[in-house]
Amino acid sequence: MQGLIEELFLQAFANPALNAREDQACIALSELCAAGDRLAVSTDSYVIDPIFFPGGDIGKLAVCGTANDVAVSGARPRYLSCGLILEEGLPFATLARIVQSMAATAQQDGMQIVTGDTKVVPRGAADKIFINTTGFGAIPNNIDWGVHQIRQGDSIIVSGTLGDHGATILNLREGLGLASELGSDCALLAPLIAPLLNIPGVRALRDATRGGVTAVLHEFAAASGCGMEILEAALPLKPAVRGMCELLGLDALNFANEGKLVLVVAPEAEAEVLAALHQHPLGRDAAVIGHTLERQQVNVVGLFGVSRRLDLPLDEPLPRIC
Amino acid sequence: MRYIDEFRDPALTEALLQRIAQLMLLMPERQQLPLQIMEVCGGHTHAIFKFGLDRLLPDNLEFIHGPGCPVCVLPMGRIDSCLEIAAHPEVIFCTYGDAMRVRGRHGSLLDARRQGADIRVVYSPLDALQLAADNPQREVVFFGLGFETTMPASALTLQQARRRSLTNFSLFCQHITLIPTLRSLLQQPDVRIDGFLAPGHVSMVIGNAPYGFIAENYHKPLVVTGFEPLDILQGLLMLLEQLHAGRSAVENQYRRIVPEQGNRLAQQALAEVFCLKASSEWRGLGEIAHSGVQLTPGYAEFDAERRFHPQAQQVADDPRSRCGEVLTGRCKPDACPLFGKQCTPSNAFGALMVSSEGACAAYYQYRRETA
Ligand code: SF4
Repeated sequence: MQGLIEELFLQAFANPALNAREDQACIALSELCAAGDRLAVSTDSYVIDPIFFPGGDIGKLAVCGTANDVAVSGARPRYLSCGLILEEGLPFATLARIVQSMAATAQQDGMQIVTGDTKVVPRGAADKIFINTTGFGAIPNNIDWGVHQIRQGDSIIVSGTLGDHGATILNLREGLGLASELGSDCALLAPLIAPLLNIPGVRALRDATRGGVTAVLHEFAAASGCGMEILEAALPLKPAVRGMCELLGLDALNFANEGKLVLVVAPEAEAEVLAALHQHPLGRDAAVIGHTLERQQVNVVGLFGVSRRLDLPLDEPLPRIC
Repeated sequence: MRYIDEFRDPALTEALLQRIAQLMLLMPERQQLPLQIMEVCGGHTHAIFKFGLDRLLPDNLEFIHGPGCPVCVLPMGRIDSCLEIAAHPEVIFCTYGDAMRVRGRHGSLLDARRQGADIRVVYSPLDALQLAADNPQREVVFFGLGFETTMPASALTLQQARRRSLTNFSLFCQHITLIPTLRSLLQQPDVRIDGFLAPGHVSMVIGNAPYGFIAENYHKPLVVTGFEPLDILQGLLMLLEQLHAGRSAVENQYRRIVPEQGNRLAQQALAEVFCLKASSEWRGLGEIAHSGVQLTPGYAEFDAERRFHPQAQQVADDPRSRCGEVLTGRCKPDACPLFGKQCTPSNAFGALMVSSEGACAAYYQYRRETA
């Protein structure tokens, strides 16, 4: 184990806090304080099958997912912790590839993995590898994004095409052999979010991971007391994802995304936010998909103008037979 | 997306809606209004609600959501038998996804999987067959359900199992056939259905001739129809034109896909592997003669019931539920006292709430008040 730590983790994640080899990472508060007045902390555990997929792997996912949860508060994610649970027999090369991927992803946006833990459990007690990450960043003094800001008549925006990650994983996991152009959208969102800090009227942001856009809209509705109405025709979808949904009777709104934001913004901020998103490659396909309502329900207006409720899915997506 | 968008064109939709509305104004007096049109298949029901076609059509035109969703009409007792088979430690039980949530008396397949049974969702019975080849020490059981649409795949799989001499593969057969059920519907005294939209994919297999008796003996028009909004509206227009002219015939709206005679190869495979049962139970409708199929004697060795002997189960529907009446057009889903209260998609009491194709589930999802 010591060898593993020396050879792999210290090499890959190298940074002053980790290199000190103490039981804890010491982080200068002054640095964080200079960046903001509140600490944003988020933790998540990553269990996914398969662990490598087009567009990413479980390591990249574990860094992006947690970093994005910090970033949607307006904070710039700075530090991460990382806990690994490995199934006995996991090839070293596989672990090394995942760790390198974590390191590279963190580096991309200047994040440091400052502390960690590794446990090995007997074969069958875990599925190859589980990763937990916790992320930290400071929220700038003047930023107060959150559901409490949402008002009736606000615009709902998504930052790009929906369901790419969920469709990719379903395709691989179930061996559907569909469209090769499917790929996960797994990405760090902080750089996309950064320009929004200067735009007044940004109300609330969330990354649409498990449960997809549907889940985020329901969370927004429940917490804000406002309704949400989106337009089916306005949803940005890749043809391959749409084709898969048509074929299997699934709804891309319920698919997981790993690099997509759902934003609620004041109507007067809509154009500026959209322009800012379009400037960044991750936000190229950003689109206004609807607006908030007075009555607290989540609706989708279909292609021919008929409105219906958008319910939370009961369970994992299961394809229909006919 | 070609082949999808062209059948969802809003301008064409509007034009068809107008023609339908005009034709409704010209309906002869002898024609009772509102007209009751049964869309037999859950796929149609789903599309009608999803696109809100019922809301866009004149009020004096009513859709009756028929019994053509194999999951909705799946009796609870059959799920209990599935659980019994899946509980054998050597069994890998394979099913299509939408059967996972249907509850028997002792829970659903999803519940059983959470409790440790080896239950897998497959997209095709051939995937299950491959599992059997890969796991010679296990028993792989495929839960075959559905109408003539899914039956050929089951039949082909059993033919392959024989060719590959796979002895650890079997079929738990819950395939059912549509025609006897339509006949029994038409024989019920107070059912007044003016015309039928029949599912295109069933005719892809059996052709259009088997529907002939509906036009000839019962004098009701029937149009075999595709599943996109424009298909459905065009099929409806063809039905209304027949009603307007006082005709009754079997017509084919879905000619781009459905050949008049169906698929001979599939029909041959079906005849080799399946034969009619004396009677079969339908959830919500009860026993219907000759509506179910079983394996022919030549394929009996692949019959999971022979291999595992699950107890025969019959579970009566709740007396308060009105599933049967909804299925026959005698009442609307929201007229059922359980609708949206005891009976919701996450806690389905009755047949039609079980699958997202079911009339009550579609009503619940798409028609709870949005105003
Ligand atoms: S609401 Fe439930 S019980 Fe009532 S008719 Fe529909 S499915 Fe049957």
